[in-house]
Amino acid sequence: MLKVCFSGPLKAAADGAASVLISAATIRELLRELVKQYPGMQNQLDDGIAVSVNGQIFRDKWSEEIPEGAEVFLLPRIQGG
Amino acid sequence: MMAGTLVSTMINGDQTEFVCQASETLLEVLRNRLGLTGSKEGCGTGDCGACSVTLDGRLVCSCLVLGVEAQGRKVNTIEGLADGDILHPLQSNFIKHAALQCGICTPGFLIASKALLDRNPNPTDEEIRFALAGNLCRCTGYDKIVRAVKATAKDLRKK
Amino acid sequence: MANDTKFRNRKFKSVGTRPPRPDGLDKVTGRAKYGADTFAPGQLIGLVLRSPHAHAEIKRIDTSKAAKLNGVKAVITSEDLPDLTNGDRDLYDTLENCMARDRALYDGHAVAAVAAIDAPTARKALKLIRVTYKRLPHVTDVDDAMKPDAPLVQPRVYTRGVSPKPESPSNVAKVSEFGHGDVEAGFKAADVIVEKSYKTEQVHQGYIEPHACLASVGPDGHGELWVTTQGHFIYRNTCAALLGMEVAKLKVTSSEIGGGFGGKTHVWMEPVALALSRKANRPVKLEMTRDEVFRSTGPTSSTSIDIKIGVKKDGRITAATADLRYQDGAFPGIWAMLGAMTSYACYDLKNVKTVGYDVLVNRPKVTAYRAPSAPMAAFAVESTIDEVAAEIGMDPIDFRIKNAAKEGTKSSYGPTYGPIGIGPTLTAAKKHPHMRAKLGKNQGRGMACGFWFNFGGETCTDLNIGADGTVTLTVGTVDVGGARASLSLIAAEELGIPYERVKCNITDTASLGHNDMTDGSRGTFSSGMSTIFAARNAIEDLRQRAAATWEIPVKDVVWEDGKAIAKGKKYRKLKPLSLDDLAAASPNTGGPIAGHSQIVADGAGVSFASHICDIEVDPETSATKVVRYTVIQDAGKAVHPDYVEGQFQGGAAQGIGWALNEEYIYDRNGRLQNPGFLDYRVPVCSDLPFIDTQILEIPNPNHPYGIRGVGETSIVPPLAAIGNALSDVAGVRMTHVPMSPPRIRKAIKENQA
Repeated sequence: MLKVCFSGPLKAAADGAASVLISAATIRELLRELVKQYPGMQNQLDDGIAVSVNGQIFRDKWSEEIPEGAEVFLLPRIQGG
Repeated sequence: MMAGTLVSTMINGDQTEFVCQASETLLEVLRNRLGLTGSKEGCGTGDCGACSVTLDGRLVCSCLVLGVEAQGRKVNTIEGLADGDILHPLQSNFIKHAALQCGICTPGFLIASKALLDRNPNPTDEEIRFALAGNLCRCTGYDKIVRAVKATAKDLRKK
Repeated sequence: MANDTKFRNRKFKSVGTRPPRPDGLDKVTGRAKYGADTFAPGQLIGLVLRSPHAHAEIKRIDTSKAAKLNGVKAVITSEDLPDLTNGDRDLYDTLENCMARDRALYDGHAVAAVAAIDAPTARKALKLIRVTYKRLPHVTDVDDAMKPDAPLVQPRVYTRGVSPKPESPSNVAKVSEFGHGDVEAGFKAADVIVEKSYKTEQVHQGYIEPHACLASVGPDGHGELWVTTQGHFIYRNTCAALLGMEVAKLKVTSSEIGGGFGGKTHVWMEPVALALSRKANRPVKLEMTRDEVFRSTGPTSSTSIDIKIGVKKDGRITAATADLRYQDGAFPGIWAMLGAMTSYACYDLKNVKTVGYDVLVNRPKVTAYRAPSAPMAAFAVESTIDEVAAEIGMDPIDFRIKNAAKEGTKSSYGPTYGPIGIGPTLTAAKKHPHMRAKLGKNQGRGMACGFWFNFGGETCTDLNIGADGTVTLTVGTVDVGGARASLSLIAAEELGIPYERVKCNITDTASLGHNDMTDGSRGTFSSGMSTIFAARNAIEDLRQRAAATWEIPVKDVVWEDGKAIAKGKKYRKLKPLSLDDLAAASPNTGGPIAGHSQIVADGAGVSFASHICDIEVDPETSATKVVRYTVIQDAGKAVHPDYVEGQFQGGAAQGIGWALNEEYIYDRNGRLQNPGFLDYRVPVCSDLPFIDTQILEIPNPNHPYGIRGVGETSIVPPLAAIGNALSDVAGVRMTHVPMSPPRIRKAIKENQA
């Protein structure tokens, strides 16, 4: 079980919840389960998200494994210049 | 369209002829008619120095000179800075001191730096900075450019 | 493991040295080819007609006279760019920005374009296009745009990020909130609270090379595009989508790029050039003028920011908030959101709340500028931090050190930090000789710190061993500032061969898999990682070849110092095989030797910097000059230190220009008054001192060499460092950027009153 926290506009997509409990081994699984619980989350995914796992930010590598007890944050997708 | 003007000039030591409209700039002629794309258009209004060439030894922005004004004069561009396969010390020092990042301003800086060292072989840092104030660089903050010019002045004085 | 991203400490032979870059010769001789430096037989010249109005309905466009002009081969309007975006909001915004549809949304918005046999004919044709506009009220100021009676910029935009969903459209495109803890309780517990508001004006990336491309599309749907860009694969995807072309049939080649800094991560006129070429069935060369670059590409936001920081007398911050209003231009963006994320990223805060408002105005579409949105937020926060430190009588660096984020700190944007460099850069700043240097008359000193993210992204690399053992490294990330040298060093390091035996090339979209653009400080980080893995793959192949040649098991072959060595006493008669030997023998051992890597480099980590700045203010004119500047930044591992220093110095120079002089000036009609380098004043050589740099190397645990991205962070601290220096010398707190002489004079006069 992972505690998935929401940052910024993603909180609104999770009906205002600051965090949820999700069971997932990879980022891909996590996102799939998230959309199942909160269908509104699909809009955010389409807009672009990033996932922080223990402080490292992943924008695209959805096969990345999430270790047990990791701190997971869902963030909006960031762009550089 | 009006008939063009035949211009006879010397570019980088080579006798050259071209036809251009009265309103064409020397920069446009160099780039579009003569294939000498080393001089760049950064602004078209003489503010950035990327188009720097020398006209009878005088540093000018070629975007502010008309093509027809080259008649009977000597034009020197970046393409003529090296002596065959021997780089000018400015060119080798720019590489050695990493005085370029994207490199778009580099031809202009080399021409302007040469014009400086030709008239002042021992410039102070301030003299270098003011001589090059007509050339914009957005990548380097000018630090390594000034160092490269200083090093070249030293190298040339040794010779 | 070949694709293991974990940092492993090692002694480097090539990485960390300073050899000459491979593309240097071309650049100092004028041979290097940039966006405008190519020509095609039969090419046409393309020019764009742009709206002179900040906001207007386009009632009619009559192109008939222009189309009939001798020498004109194509005239297009939005009718030639049908909507194929299929509900993709961002793509539709890009389409509308490339060519106005029913309304012109800013001074400079494209409304039509022509392709003709030469520039004078194209210019004549533009003059013959008759556009009937109905002017509409406009708004260009971010705070004005949020007022209830402000003219509406986009009727299709409803505020996102608020609950319940709004019923009517708004200029506020998005609201983003970040933070944790209880700021109200935090402020109640404070001994001192400082509240201040700030404004920063709009600036442009100011790259010296204007956008330029050569587009060629045939009636068979195949096309080619030569273009100056930070991301040719991204440009390919966007252009293909907008033109209804198939991605594989559009080959995009990136020229050398004459500066980008984020401004060339987005298409501006490239789809227009392709559409002109398709209609005329001839190549079209389109170069933007400097005027067009300022008016019609993607500057950064102007902002309005409120900061509130509460602190205890002992120096601990108890609460911090930021309200950030950023204008996105005429199309929604994420810019205020990024500002809200980065505002307090340097600090360890129990109670923090930041709210970002992305606001639409009648200005060009904002795009990224090197650490986008962070410099403005940092100006506001770091200026206030100095004020707070002064209120409680604490040294500004010590105050920052006391509150600095570290490993284990919960960041203000959510996740917990791993090993980070803010503490070390602050300590290094405190110890730096610059801090002890004597100040002269009318001089002051300031410092500030800054933060930016780093990204990885999709990256693809090919490494091919030539017949003579030299190595061709083919990458797809555009080289903006010297990365080819760094990537060659990395390949040389992995293979154990001299740097001079490696040649790195940036290839086109037809020759390699997708590569994300060079932004987010990712060029050397991602392509470097991909190069390491490609080299390791090649080494696997090389070991196989050696094993085959010696007829021994592969497990008994190791690769060391550029050679295959048979490990074990029983093989002591076998002489090592070099890369050159194996290359020469390759036809008989399995053919060409190569290594390939396609990865999503991710988990890049974050980057911190501290800057120290000395300025001198003329007491009569308030003209301000930077007399000494030091950048201290964590690079993880500096692959080619010259180019790391170059990034530090370049970013600092841009920040200095932003802080002191650069701004977009609009008149009452919403027209840009200074779209040229004369009146949009970037730093020149005589404005700046030498910029000292100190590279810290705290390894990134998620890169085999510990590399962190370095390109962006250095633009973040300068605005506040200069603001703090001005406060030191003139005794005034500047709250409006740029801090130009008239503004400084006004502040000093008001202070004296």
